[in-house]
Amino acid sequence: MSRTDTPAMSRMQTLARNPAVIALTLALALAGCANKKNLPNNAGDLGLNGAGAATPGSQQDFTVNVGDRIFFDTDSTSIRADAQQTLDRQAQWLQRYPNYAITVEGHADERGTREYNLALGARRAAATKEYLASRGIPANRMKTISYGKERPVAVCDDISCWSQNRRAVTVLGGAGM
Amino acid sequence: MIKNSFFRAVMVAAGMLTAFVAATPATAEVTININKGNVQPLPIAVTDFLSNNELGPQISQVIAADLQRSGLFAPINKQAFIEKIADPNRTPRFEDWKVINAQALVTGRVTREGDGRLRAEFRLWDTYAGSQMTGQQFFTQPENWRRVAHIIADAIYKQITGENGYFDSRVVFVSESGPKNARQRNLAIMDQDGFNVRMLTNTKDIVLTPRFSPSRQEITYMSFEGNQPRVYLLQLETGQREVVGNFPGMTFSPRFSPDGQKVIMSLQQEGNSNIYTMDLRSRTTTRLTSTQAIDTSPSYAPDGGRIAFESDRGGRPQIYVMNADGSGQTRISFGDGSYSTPVWSPRGDLIAFTKQSGGKFSIGVMRPDGSGERILTSGFHNEGPTWAPNGRVLMFFRQAAGSGGPQLYSIDLTGYNELQIKTPSYASDPAWSPLLE
Repeated sequence: MSRTDTPAMSRMQTLARNPAVIALTLALALAGCANKKNLPNNAGDLGLNGAGAATPGSQQDFTVNVGDRIFFDTDSTSIRADAQQTLDRQAQWLQRYPNYAITVEGHADERGTREYNLALGARRAAATKEYLASRGIPANRMKTISYGKERPVAVCDDISCWSQNRRAVTVLGGAGM
Repeated sequence: MIKNSFFRAVMVAAGMLTAFVAATPATAEVTININKGNVQPLPIAVTDFLSNNELGPQISQVIAADLQRSGLFAPINKQAFIEKIADPNRTPRFEDWKVINAQALVTGRVTREGDGRLRAEFRLWDTYAGSQMTGQQFFTQPENWRRVAHIIADAIYKQITGENGYFDSRVVFVSESGPKNARQRNLAIMDQDGFNVRMLTNTKDIVLTPRFSPSRQEITYMSFEGNQPRVYLLQLETGQREVVGNFPGMTFSPRFSPDGQKVIMSLQQEGNSNIYTMDLRSRTTTRLTSTQAIDTSPSYAPDGGRIAFESDRGGRPQIYVMNADGSGQTRISFGDGSYSTPVWSPRGDLIAFTKQSGGKFSIGVMRPDGSGERILTSGFHNEGPTWAPNGRVLMFFRQAAGSGGPQLYSIDLTGYNELQIKTPSYASDPAWSPLLE
């Protein structure tokens, strides 16, 4: 390495470098934990529904009247009670309209690393698929895909958005039957 | 998609220039001990290389910028120079440089050869010892002038610090544009100083986690092409792509083995992710982990004997180390919070990671046995460290709270000298190349 005890070394002053070179980073004060009440539980709650009644059996019917998505707690893949109700409605609807195949998309919020969140989204999609299977939807009607944290629907940098992004969305017609 | 000539091995011929000054004792040489945390940057004068066009000053500027960004050198403002170098091969007037506190001096010249090639020569002088430390010359095509400047900066860095440089290297990354809820992602490559950015893909598919081959002009990455998220190889010279393996689920988080012969990655099946390798010659796949958990972000030690990875088998993501055959899986991270994206240093002595704790994301390093944890930078969101080829500098991506997207930063292993690498658009997932051949 460097040659020590030389005249040159004596010219190398070692002094504490200005710590200001470390950029100050902003830390957002986070609420302690997610407020599980009042979370939107379907596209209708999110204001995505169009006006008027949807045709029964249509995409819009599924999205608005059934609810195409469920939400998860932070780092969790367990199906919450409110999500179970949504999935029960999805299962009933899918049994009534058996021509639809589905793809369950698993998503994570941005408060994790890219790689881990890909796996976490996959786990959420798998848990959702498993629940629907337990409610009588044949596995061959269902596919899963994880988008990790790469496809957020809500874009703010706080928990109100993160809780909307931790989701599994049931997409009609996405799977080959 | 890719300009072929860019990736073709740049023929840079090198030669040593003999010293004109009688050799003085080597003990007099100016040095920097970069193992110390707080090194006072060494004042250095980088004079404009002589040339009959703009190239001389431009090359000097790139050299000075490289040295400055390393945090170990303080290039002196040219306005302060007293001696005007008329012949870079003649011994300079050392007194003129000592009086402005230039402890080292760089002189040089750029000329065109008869065959059109560029000839760049430089000499590095120790002003206090009154001697030449090194002198070298390089021949290359004119369009590679920035590379020659980086090579000269590496030579200066090595001469004075005793360690290999990292300036003649590239970074592949994910270039991000558009709003957060409709983000477009493409792979891009640039020189380590942020220049010569070129797009490697032009796709609406999500592409993530590009990683360099240690031995070829090749990267491995993950793409959602055809809504089938899988690991791919991309040949940089030809633009040719291929899927890595034929796995029955999502493959992700790829990285090469140190010999470049294997890709190690995660395979997701139902709720679990486990770690596999695929030998690129025999196409055989080997399963290394087998848990009901998420095992991901594998990274080989530089000798190929061990693998660091991330697993939440214990509840939260933590860093584990195992032997290359999957045996001896041992948790090494035990601090507060969770640990992700372990990346083994090219020197083998440290593992860099992303840590989540108390609502903050930090970049840190620890020894392969888990001891000596140090946090280098911490904030709202810092993620995905990658090592410079000499193991002295880390690059990572940061998204500040309320910002539109991520940006690339570098930081010394000491935790000092944090710098943004400016990119044309938002950028994430940087991966540093080895030193170019």
